[in-house]
Amino acid sequence: MATTRILEWLGRFYIVLLLAFLYLPIIIMAAMSFNASPFYQLPFEWTTDWYQSLWQNDQLIAATWNSIEIAVITTLISTVLGSMASLALYRYEFRGKRLLQALLFPPIAIPWLITGTAMLIFFFGVGIGRGLIAILLGHVALALPYVIVVVSARLQTFAPELEEAARSLGANQWQVTMRVTLPWIMPGVIAGGLFAFAVSFDQFVVSYFLSTPGQTTLPVEIYAAIRKGFTPEINAVSTIIIAVSMALMLLTARFFKFGGEK
Amino acid sequence: MAGVQVANVSRSFGAHKALDDVSIDFADGGFYALLGPSGSGKTTLLRQIAGFDFPDTGRIAIGGESVERVPVEKRRIGMVFQNYALFPNMSVADNVAFGLSVRGEPKATIATEVQRALDLVQLGKLGGRKPHQLSGGQRQRVALARAIVTKPRVLLLDEPLGALDKALRVDMQIELKRIQREIGITTIFVTHDQEEALTMSDRIGILRDGRLVQEGPPEEIYDRPQSEFAATFLGDANIFRGDATGSGIKLPDGTTIKASTGASVPAGTKASCAVRPERIQISTGAGMPDAGGANVLKGKVSKRIFAGNNSTYFVDRDGQTLKVIVQNTGAERLAEGQPVVLNWSPDSTVLIAG
Repeated sequence: MATTRILEWLGRFYIVLLLAFLYLPIIIMAAMSFNASPFYQLPFEWTTDWYQSLWQNDQLIAATWNSIEIAVITTLISTVLGSMASLALYRYEFRGKRLLQALLFPPIAIPWLITGTAMLIFFFGVGIGRGLIAILLGHVALALPYVIVVVSARLQTFAPELEEAARSLGANQWQVTMRVTLPWIMPGVIAGGLFAFAVSFDQFVVSYFLSTPGQTTLPVEIYAAIRKGFTPEINAVSTIIIAVSMALMLLTARFFKFGGEK
Repeated sequence: MAGVQVANVSRSFGAHKALDDVSIDFADGGFYALLGPSGSGKTTLLRQIAGFDFPDTGRIAIGGESVERVPVEKRRIGMVFQNYALFPNMSVADNVAFGLSVRGEPKATIATEVQRALDLVQLGKLGGRKPHQLSGGQRQRVALARAIVTKPRVLLLDEPLGALDKALRVDMQIELKRIQREIGITTIFVTHDQEEALTMSDRIGILRDGRLVQEGPPEEIYDRPQSEFAATFLGDANIFRGDATGSGIKLPDGTTIKASTGASVPAGTKASCAVRPERIQISTGAGMPDAGGANVLKGKVSKRIFAGNNSTYFVDRDGQTLKVIVQNTGAERLAEGQPVVLNWSPDSTVLIAG
């Protein structure tokens, strides 16, 4: 009995440590965004100055909007294209299918630094150059394999007889997809979309290579700001982003019951 | 409602001939069973008729109209799948409504037709349930309602009762037959269960290795099988092999077996005889009247299996084990090891060309 008790406490201790490891830096950063001292000095003195000055930092705000815009468009494009690609890979047998599926994985494993360099060279070569369009194209390319992998995994649990049953009832390909297949793979599509959003919104390396001054995303802007001199405004903007993305994640998890669905 | 004609249909997958020159005429309004072991091509044939797959050569017509290159969604068929294939994201009513809804029928019509179909399968009150809240038998009924609500020309069933337990299966057999009679739809039913084929269908087609072995009403196939395979696959049979004599066969040990049904086989060629176990009389031989024209064999009981309403005797005779089924009439039972005499009429003996 005593050993069970001890193990139980050890388990709890482990969970506390794990959560601290995950969240302590974030909590400290969030706290410091409300601290008056720009040099992280204690005692803690409450202020919202940093949030107010953030509001006047046009560069940071412009970069934030760029990031959101690019992430949203990346999510839309890569989720639609990726889901369509997964359906094609699921439904059809064609020459080179295996090779194509194998080719989808390396982009996930290739370091972003290398992908970014390659994209920079390529975009210059074809005349696209750097800027928001280049960043968007790069992000879609990075996000696409994630969507395909996640949606394909969900499709593995789909019974092909369902499509056959729908067709036997007179449904055309479009009706079959929209009314039978898509509802089933929706949790996978949503999860793939979240991945795509995260890949784009978190993206620093590739965005850094493809940015120009003024045409950049939030992570790159934050990096540039830190290099110039650290200000708690960065803490403030990061805190806002964390709050918004956690709320989004919790909402999605609640509505789509990831893992808990039968 | 329409008949279905399959003419000279062949279909290969790589080197494997799944269907080899199969021709069957499915009469309008009939209940037809396609029976065969797994890999016999019965499901492939059903999929050709449904339109999920197209034949390499041959013709398929529904209601006189050639459909062999028409995709399934344009064939106006109804199909029930082995695992029911109900749409998990839709309610029972929405499942049944699907076929009418994709055709753009008005909402009011759909609601009436769905209710009528659910009433027909006795699930009128369960329209609001989700498929996972139903029992196996109920899912089966929903699948059936969904397949017939669109008034298809032909109803195709792919081992629809395979996933149900024995008692429920018998109930569903009766139910399915009742519904089929009620709406009078041409029905093609794939099964590997010979009892199911015998009890439910007007006609049976037996398939083996992609070929149609024999086709006809259940009684005809059972009483006059044209091959050893048909004789043993549909029901039980004792098979004797020997040389044709003109009126039967001569076994290697010189015994003759007289047969007055089945094929006519020229004397001297290889042939076999099939006898159903329930057609053979078994006795100790004492006080038996002169056999007359009957076939008579002597043997020894090697095993007896009592099954309540009947007993099965396994009788050893010259290296061959014969099966005899005797109804439980209260007569004296024979012990294992006892020498016995078997006799049966030439009318019960089917001659099969070797």
